Amino acid sequence: MADLSCTIAGVKSPNPFWLASAPPTDKKYNVERAFKAGWGGVVWKTLGEDPPVVNVSSRYGAIEVNGFKIAGLNNVELITDRPLEVNLREIAEVKKAWPDRAVIVSLMVPCEEESWKKILKKVEPTGADGIELNFGCPHGMSERGMGSAVGQVPEYVEMVTRWCKANTRMPVFVKLTPNISDVRMPARAAKRGGADAVSLINTINSIVTIDLDQMAPTPTVGGKGTHGGYCGPAVKPIALNMVAEIARDPETHGLPISGIGGISTWRDAAEFISLGSGSVQVCTAAMHYGFKIVQDLNDGLSNWMDEKGYKKLSDFMGRAIPNVKNWNELDLNFKTIANINQDQCVNCGLCYVACEDTSHQSIKKIAGLTRRDPIRYEVIEEECVGCNLCALVCPVNCITMVDQKRDLPYLPWTKHPNNPMAAR
Amino acid sequence: MSHANLGLTPRDASPGVKGGRLGPTLYGKVFCDLTAPLDQKEAEVEASRCYYCYDAPCIRSCPSEIDIPSFIRKIGSGNVKGAAVDILDANILGGSCARVCPVETLCQEACVRDKADGKPVEIAKLQRYATDAYLETFEKTKEQHFTREKSNGKKVAVIGAGPAGLSAAHNLARMGFDVTIFEAKAKAGGLNEYGIAPYKVADNFAAREVAFILSIGGIKIEYGKALGKDLSLDGLRKDFDAVFLGVGLGANNALGVPGETLDGVQDATKKIEEIRQTKDLSKVAVGRDVLVVGGGNTAVDIAVQMKRLGAEFVTLVYRRGEEQMGATWHEREIAANNGVLLKTWAMPKEIRGEKAVREMEFEYTELSGSKLVGTGKTFTLKADQVFKAIGQKLVAPTGLELDGSKIKVDANFATSLPGVYAGGDCVKEGEDLTVTSAQHGKLAARAIFAKLFPGKALPYFVPSPNPQDDGRSLAVPAPGGKI
Repeated sequence: MADLSCTIAGVKSPNPFWLASAPPTDKKYNVERAFKAGWGGVVWKTLGEDPPVVNVSSRYGAIEVNGFKIAGLNNVELITDRPLEVNLREIAEVKKAWPDRAVIVSLMVPCEEESWKKILKKVEPTGADGIELNFGCPHGMSERGMGSAVGQVPEYVEMVTRWCKANTRMPVFVKLTPNISDVRMPARAAKRGGADAVSLINTINSIVTIDLDQMAPTPTVGGKGTHGGYCGPAVKPIALNMVAEIARDPETHGLPISGIGGISTWRDAAEFISLGSGSVQVCTAAMHYGFKIVQDLNDGLSNWMDEKGYKKLSDFMGRAIPNVKNWNELDLNFKTIANINQDQCVNCGLCYVACEDTSHQSIKKIAGLTRRDPIRYEVIEEECVGCNLCALVCPVNCITMVDQKRDLPYLPWTKHPNNPMAAR
Repeated sequence: MSHANLGLTPRDASPGVKGGRLGPTLYGKVFCDLTAPLDQKEAEVEASRCYYCYDAPCIRSCPSEIDIPSFIRKIGSGNVKGAAVDILDANILGGSCARVCPVETLCQEACVRDKADGKPVEIAKLQRYATDAYLETFEKTKEQHFTREKSNGKKVAVIGAGPAGLSAAHNLARMGFDVTIFEAKAKAGGLNEYGIAPYKVADNFAAREVAFILSIGGIKIEYGKALGKDLSLDGLRKDFDAVFLGVGLGANNALGVPGETLDGVQDATKKIEEIRQTKDLSKVAVGRDVLVVGGGNTAVDIAVQMKRLGAEFVTLVYRRGEEQMGATWHEREIAANNGVLLKTWAMPKEIRGEKAVREMEFEYTELSGSKLVGTGKTFTLKADQVFKAIGQKLVAPTGLELDGSKIKVDANFATSLPGVYAGGDCVKEGEDLTVTSAQHGKLAARAIFAKLFPGKALPYFVPSPNPQDDGRSLAVPAPGGKI
C-alpha cells in the first residue's frame, strides 16, 4: 500500500484529496460527511464580512455531452451566505473533532488591510490549518472589488498576500484566477508577497448555455442570466497547463501548488501531482456523485502507485515538469505513424472520414466484393504525418501510433534549416 | 402486463375448435404492442450509442438506403422532425419498417457496435421513435414535409396498395403524376393491414400510415378492383402513361399430402387476415392442439397468435433445422417466449380425420448430401387445427415474361411490356420484405419519371448519405476492389 499522506506548505493531511472551497464545504454537516467518507481535507467555503451576502435562486448550469450530464458546470453562487460567527464556530468544532484532516479557510474581504486583519484575528482561534485567499471568484464579488478583481492585478495579489502573512501564524494559500492572459504574473506576485502556496485554478468566466426559449443565459434567474464560474471535467486541460506554467517558471518553481480543475478520478489527480501539485482539490465530481468517490480516488491512486513502484507521493510529484517544453524545443526529426489493427477494427470509417475530410488523406478505403461486405481501412504510411486524429476518433482504440526508429539527430526548430533565425 | 406472459394464460383448454378461450377482459390486451416505444430520454441515450460511422455498414445493409447515422444524430440533438424526414425521404413506409423489418439480419446485424461491444444500436426503435412523433404531429396539425409538384399531366396506374404500390404512388404523386391505385381488397396497406401479426403493428398503425401517405394528394384509390378480373394490362396501358404492378404474392403453396381439404386445415395467411380484420377476437376459432407447418416469419406469426388466443399446445413443424429457418433468431425467440413448441427435421406425410382434422403424421427427415430425404420413421401429432405456412406464390398476370416464378424486370424495374413496371414481392430482386418493396416502388417511380421526362432532373432534392463524395453513395466494389 503506497503512502498517500501529504504535506503542503506545512499543512498535513492523510491523503491529497481535499474538497475545494464551494457549496460542499459550506457547513459542518457537509464537511463531517466528507470526512466520514474519507476526504483528506477541505477548504471551507469562502468567509466574508457580515452582513452575509445574499445568493440568487437558480445557481448552476451545465454542459451535457452525448449523455454525460455534467462535462462542465457553471455557477453564479457567491461566497457563504451564513453569518460569520456560525461558520467560525463550526470550523472550530470540525477541526477539534477531526484533528488529522486539513481544514483550510477560504477568505474574501474588501481590499483594505484592516478588513483582512480583522477577519484573520477571528479565524485564528478556530484552529484552522491555513487560509486560502479567494482571488478568483469571477462573478458578483468581482464587481465589488473582490475576487478576481484582485486576482487579475498582480500588484494587489502581492499586497494582500503580504498583509495576510504579516497578520497570521497560518500558512497562506493564494487561489489564482484563470481569467488572465498569463497566470505566471499573479503567481510570481503571490510568491513575492510571501505566499506559502498557490491554489489553481479558480473558475473560468463563462456563459454555459443560452436557453433558446427564454433567450437568456442559464442559470436563468427570472428570465435573466449572468456570466458565472466554469468548472468540471471540461476545464482540466486549462488547469493542467496553468499548473505546468507555474511549476516550470524559474521564478515560481518549487512554490507549493494545490491543483484544482476538473479532477474527477485518481488518474486526473495523478496528472496534477506529476506536474508538481502537492494536494488536489475536487468539487464538481463530488457535486455530481457525492462524497463517496473519494474511495476510488484513494485506492485508485494507491494501486497505481504500487504498480509503478512509487512508495509516497513525492516519488512522482513533479516528475512530468521537465518534459513540459516550449514548442520550439520539440524534436522535428521525431516521427510517428498510425497503425490500424485489422482484427479489432469494427469498420466504422470514422478514421477514414476524419483523415479524408479534415487531415492528410492518409487512409484508404478498400471495399469488399458485395455491398454488405465490410470496408477495410488502411493507412497510407508515406502520407501519414502522425497527427493522432484517427487514433483519437477510433471508438474501439484499434489504432496505435507507432514511433518510427529513424536514427536521426535531435533537431528542434531553433536549429532547423527552414528557420531563418536558426542558430547556425 | 408484458407481452409474453399474456400468451401463456389460456382460460379454456378443452378440446375442439372454438372462440372465447380467453377471459373476456384479456382480448383487449392480447395483441398489445410487442415492443414498448422509447421515451425521449431513452431515445437520446440510445442515440448517443451511435458512432456516426462513415459509409456506414447499417446503411449498406438497409434495402431502402436510409441514412441511419444521420437520423440517429438528429434524434440525439433533439431534431426529431429532421430525423423523421430523413427516414421518410428514403422510405415513406419507414414507420412500418421500424416495426416489421427483420433488423436483426439487416441494419442491426451490421451495426459496428454489435462487433465492438456485443449490442447493436436499437436502430428500429429509434426509427420508430422519430416516425411515430412525426405521424402524431401530422395527425394533429395536418402539416407535413412532403408536398406534391403541380400536375405534370401524366397518369400512372398502380396495381396493389401494399408497400410497393404505396411507395410508388407516393413518389409518383410527389413528382407531379396523377396516380390511380387499383386495390383488390377493401383496404390499403397490403400485408401490413392483412398479413402481419397484430402485435407488430398495434394501434391501427397500418391504416394511419396509409392515411399519411395518401395525404400528399394526387392519388386516387379504387378498391375492389383486381387485375385479371376487373382490369386488364392492355386496358390499363391504353388509359395510363405507365403502369406499376405491386401485386405481391396472391396464392399459397400447398402441402401436397392427403387430407389437406379437411376442416380445420387452412392457409396461415387466411387466418392472419381473419384475426387482423375481425371486430371481435373472442369469435376467432382456436383449436386446443394447433399445428403450424413451415419455418418462416408467417409460420411464427400464426403460431404466436394462436397461442396468445388461448390454444393449449401450438407446435411449429419445420422440415429442416433451426438454422435453416426463414424466421430470424428474433422471431424464434418471440415464438419460444410465447410457449410455441418447435419440432424440426420433420415433413408432412398425411393429415387425418373424419370431416375435420384429428391428427397429422410427419416423417423424420435428414440430409443426404445436400438433399433432404425422409428417413422412413414417422410420428403423429394430435391436431384440431393445421396451418400451412410454407410460402406464397405469384398469380402471374397474363402477357408478362417471368423469371422463374416471378415477374421478370430489368434494373429499372421495367417488365417485358413497354410502360409496365413491377416491384415488391412479385419480382425476383431482393428479399420479400416491406423495406424491399418500399425501395422498389421508389426506384420504379424514378425510372418512370426518367422514361417519361427524359433528361429532366427530379423536381425535388434527394439527399445522399455521402455528399462529400459527390453523392457517390455507399461503397460498392469498383474494378480492382478499391474506391
